[in-house]
Amino acid sequence: MNGQTLLPNLFRTEYRNIVSVLSYSFGIKHIEVVEDIVSDTFLSATEDWSVKGTPENPRAWLYAVARNKIKNYIRRDSLFKKSISKEIMSNGERSEEFEIDLSEKNISDSQLAMIFTVCNPVNSSEAQIALALNILCGFGIQEIADAFLTNKEVIYKRINRAKEKLKEGAVPIRQPGADEIAKRLPNVLMTIYLVFSEGYYSTSQNTTLRKDFCQEAIRLNTLIIDNKSTDTPAAKALFALMCFHASRFDARENDQGETILYEDQDDSRWNKELITKGTYFLNVASVGEEVSRFHLEAGIAYWHTQKEDSLEKWSNILDLYNHLLVIEYSPVAALNRTYALSKVHGKSVAVVEAEKLKLTENPYYYSLLGNLHTGIDNAKAVQHFERAMKLTTSPANRVTITRNIERLRK
Amino acid sequence: MNEYILIIHRDMISKDATPSPQQMQEAIKPFQDWIGGIAAQNKLVSPPKRWDGVGKVVKQNNVVTDGPYAEIKESVGGMVLIRANDYEEAAEIAKGCPVIKWGAVVEIRMALTAPTI
Repeated sequence: MNGQTLLPNLFRTEYRNIVSVLSYSFGIKHIEVVEDIVSDTFLSATEDWSVKGTPENPRAWLYAVARNKIKNYIRRDSLFKKSISKEIMSNGERSEEFEIDLSEKNISDSQLAMIFTVCNPVNSSEAQIALALNILCGFGIQEIADAFLTNKEVIYKRINRAKEKLKEGAVPIRQPGADEIAKRLPNVLMTIYLVFSEGYYSTSQNTTLRKDFCQEAIRLNTLIIDNKSTDTPAAKALFALMCFHASRFDARENDQGETILYEDQDDSRWNKELITKGTYFLNVASVGEEVSRFHLEAGIAYWHTQKEDSLEKWSNILDLYNHLLVIEYSPVAALNRTYALSKVHGKSVAVVEAEKLKLTENPYYYSLLGNLHTGIDNAKAVQHFERAMKLTTSPANRVTITRNIERLRK
Repeated sequence: MNEYILIIHRDMISKDATPSPQQMQEAIKPFQDWIGGIAAQNKLVSPPKRWDGVGKVVKQNNVVTDGPYAEIKESVGGMVLIRANDYEEAAEIAKGCPVIKWGAVVEIRMALTAPTI
C-alpha cells in the first residue's frame, strides 16, 4: 500500500467514524474535546508511522490509540469525568475501564444519530452543509473552503458558530424517533443533496475533491436507506437522482479539464451501472402517495440518461418540470422548463414564454434566449450570448458561451 | 405585486354543455402547461386544487340542494391564485386558460390587503 495516500483517505474515513462514536457517547457539549483527541490520534499516527512504517492493521492501531487517549483524558480531567459520569455509570464499569464501542453497528448507529444532529435547522442551510462536510464526511477546513471558493477563516467561523448553536440548544445526539424522522428527514435529505450539488456543480478546479463530495453524499444517503425507520420513498428517490447525475461525472470534462455540454458528451463514458442502480431505486421509490421534489428531479434525471432526442423524452421532462415548479419555484427549473417547452412546442412558442421569465440578472437566462434565437435570428442570438458572457462569473460557463458564439459565426 | 384569484366558470349542468367531458379530457395537458407557465414566472401563489362535480348549495331557510351552483349555468369549475402587477397583467395570464375556447369564462378578482395599523 502506498503510505502517502493511505493516511489521508484513512484519516477521513476513520476520523468521522471515531468522532461519531465518541460524540454519540459524550454528547454535543464535548464535541471539541472529541475532535481534539481524534486529531491527536492521527498526529500520533503520522509521527509514529513515518518512523516505523505503516502497521499491519492501521485501523486497529488508530482505534487502540484513540481508546487510550480517551481513557487518559477521563482519568486526568475531573470536570470532564463528572460531566460524562452518567455515560460511564451506564456502562456498569469503573471509569478507568470506559470502553468505546467501535463495532460496525455502533459506528453506523452513531453516524445516523450525528446526521440528524448536524442537519438541525437551528443552523442555516449553508452552515449545515459545512458542518456535514466537516463532521459527517471528515473533510478539512481548507478542502471545504476550496470547494466553496472562499477562504479558511470564513469556513472556520461558519463551522464554529454552527457548533455553538447546537451546544446552546443542547441538541441531543440520539437515534431519531418516528416523530423526529417525519419532521426532520426532509431537511436531512435536502442537506445531503446540497452536499452532492456542491461536488457536482462547484466551479472549483479540484475534480478529485468534488467527486469525493458526491461519493460522500451517496454514502450518507445509503446510511439513511439502510435504516428501516428512515428508508422512505423520498430517500430512495434522492438516491436515484444522485446515481443518475453521478453516472455522467466522467463524461462532463475532457482531458484538458474543460466542461463538455450534455449534447456533446460521449455517452459511452456514462456509467451504465449507476444508471441501472438509479432506475432500480426510482422504481422502488415510486410507491405510496408521496411525490417529493426528489421524485420529480429523479424522473427528469432519468430521462436525461436517454441521450436520443424524442418527443416522449421531452414531453415527460416538460411535465415533470411543470409539476416541480408548482411545488417550488426556482430560476434554474424555470429556465430548464422553458428549454423543454422549446423541444416539445418549438422555439417560437418557447421564446414568448422565455421572455416572460424576465431573469435579467441571470447569465443562463441570456444563454437560453441565445439558444432559442439560434436558427431564427442569429444576430439577436449573438447579442444574447454576449450579454450572458458579461454576466457570468463561471470559467466553465464562459467556455460554453464562447463555443455557442463561435458556432454562430461559422 | 398583488394577488388575484382566477375563477374558472363553466356549464357543469346542461346535457350538451361545452366544454364537453371529451374536451375537458383534451384540456388536461394544456392546463398543466398553462399552470406550469405561470409557475415558471414565479407568479403562482399555491398549487391549484381540483374540485369534484358533486357540490351542495345552501340558501335561506336552511334549504340545501345537491349539485354545483348553477343558477346562471356557469358553475365554478376551478380556481387559481396568482400574483400580478395589475389587472391587465392578470387578464393576460388568464387568457392562457385552455377551456375558454369551449365556452368557459374566467372571472378575475384582486385580493385586498389588510390595512396596516
